[in-house]
Parts: sequence; C-alpha cells; structure tokens
Amino acid sequence: MSIKLTVPIEEKKIRELRIGDSVLLTGVIYTARDAAHKYMKENFIARPCPPAEEPVYQVLRRGLAGGVIYHCGPVVRKLPAKGTGAERYEFVAAGPTTSIREEPYEADIIRHFGVRAVIGKGGMGPRTLAACQECGAVYLHAIGGAATLIAETVTEVRNVYKLEFGVPEALWEIRVEDFPCVVTMDSHGQSLHARIEEASRRKLAELLTR
Amino acid sequence: MAPDITEPLVELIRSTSTDLSPDVEQALRLARDREEPGSAARQALESILQNVELSRKTGRPICQDTGTPIFYVWHPPGWSQRELRRQIENAVRSATQRAYLRPNAVAALSGKNSGDNTGIDFPTMHFEEWNRDYLHVGLMLKGGGSENCGATYSIPSAEFEADRDLSGVRKAVLDAAFKAQGFGCAPGVLGVGIGGDRATGMIKAKEQLFRPIHDENPDPALAAMEKQLCREINELGIGPMGFGGRTTVLVVKLAELHRLPASFFVSIAYMCWADRRKFMNIRNGRAEIELL
Repeated sequence: MSIKLTVPIEEKKIRELRIGDSVLLTGVIYTARDAAHKYMKENFIARPCPPAEEPVYQVLRRGLAGGVIYHCGPVVRKLPAKGTGAERYEFVAAGPTTSIREEPYEADIIRHFGVRAVIGKGGMGPRTLAACQECGAVYLHAIGGAATLIAETVTEVRNVYKLEFGVPEALWEIRVEDFPCVVTMDSHGQSLHARIEEASRRKLAELLTR
Repeated sequence: MAPDITEPLVELIRSTSTDLSPDVEQALRLARDREEPGSAARQALESILQNVELSRKTGRPICQDTGTPIFYVWHPPGWSQRELRRQIENAVRSATQRAYLRPNAVAALSGKNSGDNTGIDFPTMHFEEWNRDYLHVGLMLKGGGSENCGATYSIPSAEFEADRDLSGVRKAVLDAAFKAQGFGCAPGVLGVGIGGDRATGMIKAKEQLFRPIHDENPDPALAAMEKQLCREINELGIGPMGFGGRTTVLVVKLAELHRLPASFFVSIAYMCWADRRKFMNIRNGRAEIELL
C-alpha cells in the first residue's frame, strides 16, 4: 500500500512516515545536483543573495517551501518550439543520482527553504538525518536506473534554471505524478541505510574470520 | 578509402544504452524471484525489470547516467586507427544529439560540460589488431555511481590480515563489496584484476565486466573463488539498492595479470545491475550485434 504525498507537503504528513513506507509523490519538484547545491549554499545561505541571483532565489523560496528536491541529472530532449514560446523540453531518462555527495549542503538547505523531502539514491548522512528530525523532512529513495519509468511520471517540464551548469547539473522545475519511492530516512532519526550498514558490517567481520 | 562505420556504431550505442543484454535480464529475473514477496528488495527489482521492458520498447536509455563510453575495437591488419577514432567520436556526438547518451564529458577543473560527449581522453578507446577478417567492436557504458564504488587494495595488509594469495584477494573483495553498500546500484557485477600496476590492474578489472554472466573461468581456482565470493557477498544482505535482501551481487569475475615483485594490487571495478555492454561484428559492410 503506497502513501500518496502532494506538494506542498505538511509537516504532519511527514511525521507520519516511517522507514520502509512506499510513497507516490505528486506535484512540482526541483532537481538539484552538485553544482546546484554548491550554488544554493554560496548564494542564498552563506551570504545575502546577490542581485543577479534574486529571480532564481524567489522561485526556489516559493517552490521549496513544503517542497521537494530531487537528486537527478536527466537526459532531456528539446521539443519543437510552439510559436514564439520559450524553449520546451521533455525528460527522456530521469533516475536518481547518488545523494551522499550533497551531504555537506543538504541540512542547511532543508532548514533554509523548508524542504519536506529529498529524493535520491543511496541515502544521506547524520547531518541530513538530524535536519530531517529537527525540521520535519524525509529522505525518499528512488529506484536507481529505473530512468525511463521515472521519466514517465514527469508530466511537464515547466522551467529550467542555471542551464549554464550543463543539462545534468541545471535546476529543472518539473511536475510529477505518482513518482514511486521508498522512505529510507524518516523524521524520527531512523535510517534504513545505517541499519543495513551495521548488519552487513557484523556479517563482514564474521566472514573475515572464517 | 576506409569504410565508414559511423552509423553501425551509433546503432551499437543505441542498443547498449536502451536494450538490456538477455544474460543480465535473466539474472535479474532470478534475483527478483529469490526476494521475499512484498519486500522493498522485490519491489526494486520489479521496477527495474519494468524499466528494462519500457526502455527496450521506447528506445530510451535504461539509465540517465549513460556513463563513460568505453570502446574496444579488434580490427584486421590495414585499418586506420586514427580514422576509426574519428568515426567513434562522430558516432558518440550523433548518439548524444539523439538522446541515446546524456552529455557526460565535463572538464575536470572548470566543470564545464563539453556538450557532445567528447573531450580529453573521452570517450575511452582501445584498439587491437587481430588475424580475423572482420571488425569486432565492444562497447561498455559505465556510469559514475558504480565507478565511484571501485577500489584498489594492496596486499599484504595488516588491517585485513591478508596475505599475498587468493585468500588475501578474497578479503579485499569482501571489504570493497561491504564499503560499496548499495551505492553502485546493487545488485551489481564485480570485476577484479589480480596483479598488474595501478593502471593495468583496473583496466583488467573493467574488462571482466564484458564477460557473459554465466561464463566459466578457465582457471579452476579462480572459478571456485568467483562462486565463493558471489555467495559470501550475498550473505552480507545489503540487497538491491541497499534496501536489504538476498542478492547484493549478480556475479564476480576474476583475472590475473603479471606484476612486479614489490607490488600486489587487487583492483576492483564495480558495475551496476544493468552491466551495459554489447559487441558488434562488421563484415563485408554488414553489421550485426552479438547476443550475450
């Protein structure tokens, strides 16, 4: 039985989630990887926002309040332009990237913007786990390599920011419907990754003495 | 005039990126059947298999990280490697434009994406002349998540109490598999180079990832250790995606190479569950993809 979550997400809904829960997520979310995390920390958190970055900051302040960050560097295809409209894109493949690389940044970003969920692969570390507990957020694990399946849940690519970072590293604003993921870090200090690591460490010790 | 094999190369890229090899699909199905119904591990493998079918049907990449394209070309005498290199680069650019590949070549220091999957020593190419009358091209797409899980160990090691023997190699591989957890998109495939230097050992390790899932190592001692390591790594219980489960690794492949007396490296290459690799033969102007 999957739990349905819709952006913006209330803290109450987040606090009800436990590790192992299956989730189907709907709403507008933002992709962010290494370059985008560094950019957000340097321009919005470490110092007052420089005037040039004000427009992006306002978008993220609105969009990430009760919102979701997705660690993903998609394969995209440009769609034929509709009249004089802006560039349009389609997500072709959109599986998660390894999240642990963003550990130095994520806790501060969760606190600053009020992010309720971070989607990625492989889990994150103790600082993010602590921020999840403090602020009411969860880590959702998407299936690594289920790129086409996940791209099908992207119903609209609404916008892209900082495309100068390159396609994989830009901030893509996307609408998703029933994006499947599993809670592996909850807002109560529990992490499935920590549990598996501990259990496998004990097993390794036993194997090494055989 | 050298034949232009750019289009067959684009087709090889498309096939490798979007159409999972049958031997890998079979191994994933068996792994799925072994997991507890209703478990996150089973659900992960169901999603993976659904994704594989969808990618094959729609011609879309199995994974958004299309990785480093690694080409191996065996050619008869007389073919120009410089010309082959040029055609491979053009094929990669074309495949990137068609969204079979994600633009993945990033300048190391500036972070600037070249936009077309070419750059310094990118893509990777190996050329080998052979005495057959046709061209044999192997392509592996190796992603960053799995690449980050590779490691090089030196034995003897006081830390692991590992000696310079197969038992010491076993300890290094077990440790690497533990450290990888689910990060490389388990259940993965491990390739191991025993010996060599830091460079050749890892190249040998990665070459093992080309092997068919069910092939048998001709060296009986290595064959036995491959099976033992596969069993033991699965005992770690890390499972698909690190969710906890019965299959953490699909298969382990070992190979030896000569080394210096002073060095004993154990080079471990971690490959994700997709193990994207295919071979193509080109003879008399006709190109055919081999089934593994």
